[in-house]
Amino acid sequence: MAKPTFAMYWAASCGGCEISLLNIGEQILAVDAAFDVVFWPCVADFKYHDVENYPDDYIDLCLFNGGIRNSENEELAHLLRRKSKTLVAFGSCAYEGCVPGLANLTTNQATFNAVYDDCISNDTTRYQQPQVVSQVPEGELRIPVMYETVRALDQVVPVDYIIPGCPPEAHQISAVLTAILSGAQLPAPGGTILGAADVALCEECPLTKDVKQITRFYRPYEISPEPGLCLLEQGLVCMGPATRGGCGALCPQVGMRCEGCYGPLAGQDQGARMLSAIASVVSAGPPGMEEAAQAAAIEEAMATLADPVGTFYRFSMAHSIMGRAKTVDG
Amino acid sequence: MQTDFKPVIVGFLCNWCSYRAADLAGTARIQYAPTLRPIRVMCTARIEPEFVLKALREGADGVMIAGCHPGECHYVEGNLKALRRFTLLRMMLGQLGIERERVQLVWASASEGKHLASAVDRITEELRALGPLAWKRRVLAQEAMMEEAVGR
Repeated sequence: MAKPTFAMYWAASCGGCEISLLNIGEQILAVDAAFDVVFWPCVADFKYHDVENYPDDYIDLCLFNGGIRNSENEELAHLLRRKSKTLVAFGSCAYEGCVPGLANLTTNQATFNAVYDDCISNDTTRYQQPQVVSQVPEGELRIPVMYETVRALDQVVPVDYIIPGCPPEAHQISAVLTAILSGAQLPAPGGTILGAADVALCEECPLTKDVKQITRFYRPYEISPEPGLCLLEQGLVCMGPATRGGCGALCPQVGMRCEGCYGPLAGQDQGARMLSAIASVVSAGPPGMEEAAQAAAIEEAMATLADPVGTFYRFSMAHSIMGRAKTVDG
Repeated sequence: MQTDFKPVIVGFLCNWCSYRAADLAGTARIQYAPTLRPIRVMCTARIEPEFVLKALREGADGVMIAGCHPGECHYVEGNLKALRRFTLLRMMLGQLGIERERVQLVWASASEGKHLASAVDRITEELRALGPLAWKRRVLAQEAMMEEAVGR
């Protein structure tokens, strides 16, 4: 019997997801032995037209990482959906936009200006911003069109499963692949989360909570947190309360606040949940204060938060309720 | 500025003060702008930021959160919790390009029907000056415009 077929593709992502798959260690050999790799641009030379020539549903398991940011990403999302029996949004970018999704807080033009013109290390006399169509002596060249809004994979095509994380943790990837290889019954598809917990990160975090009220927030470089105590209550914006567990609370255990890479819990908006969590630890001043003084104390504490939207939605902007910022007056 | 623009305000009104204030405004036959879509909640602390964001995404031009004056909360300090959320929410709305006048917090006790009515009038005027928010059509539709440009 022919081996099941495997594909992995990267759209708007950093490549860390490919490395995370290799990070499962020698189990990768079992994956290689069990599957026939039919498309994986990172590790083997396949062309898009190879995929186009496969019959529909030819790929048994396709791990798709990266968000949809340009016309090439979108084309491949549709192509791989058509050719794959099981399409998995692998990692935070495909699941919810991730860091590239923060481009939704600004315009394409502003992003291009920052990257190609305003960056002080660039020699702007030699380069220009990318053009979709350009004329060269050999003829006309076209490159993919950059979209104004970064989207998650499931906002473009239906997705069967989601493996969250930036990148997904090796033990979680390993557990999912083991389940698939052993032929175990997976949960019903339809954007189902695999390889993560159904509870918030705080549930698996060993740090002690003290129900403290705080008067200001710190950025990670500003303080050395007290070991063993909840980071949020020490004024670090730890995303634990708004984030899905499953990683084993690796970051908070070494004094680094959770950045929220496993995304929100089912049906939640990560930024809005974090807003509520922050609001519940902020002090309104000592009891018995005047109304105006209370409002001022709250305002003062909140003002110490640097970039709340970028921090709370670092991974989930594309999938958030608002989806993007209003950047032009329509 | 469109003069015929009728803003839609989604109002989250606390059961113990502001919803009664709105009731009083009605029974006292106070005339005010017909722009408010009131939703009764048990306390302003029940209003999760998601409610406000969803209202704005789904077509509201503004949101009014109304509750008891500080110190008069039926649940002791629910309104103070709402104030904490509101303060941060407004900061975040600014980052999302949403004008701060679009989401407002009003304290109105059960006897302040007139105060509530005039707050609705004031917010209506401010929203009228800002124009429609129309998030889905104007903001999320940027992608559709882009796709048109690509010729698909």
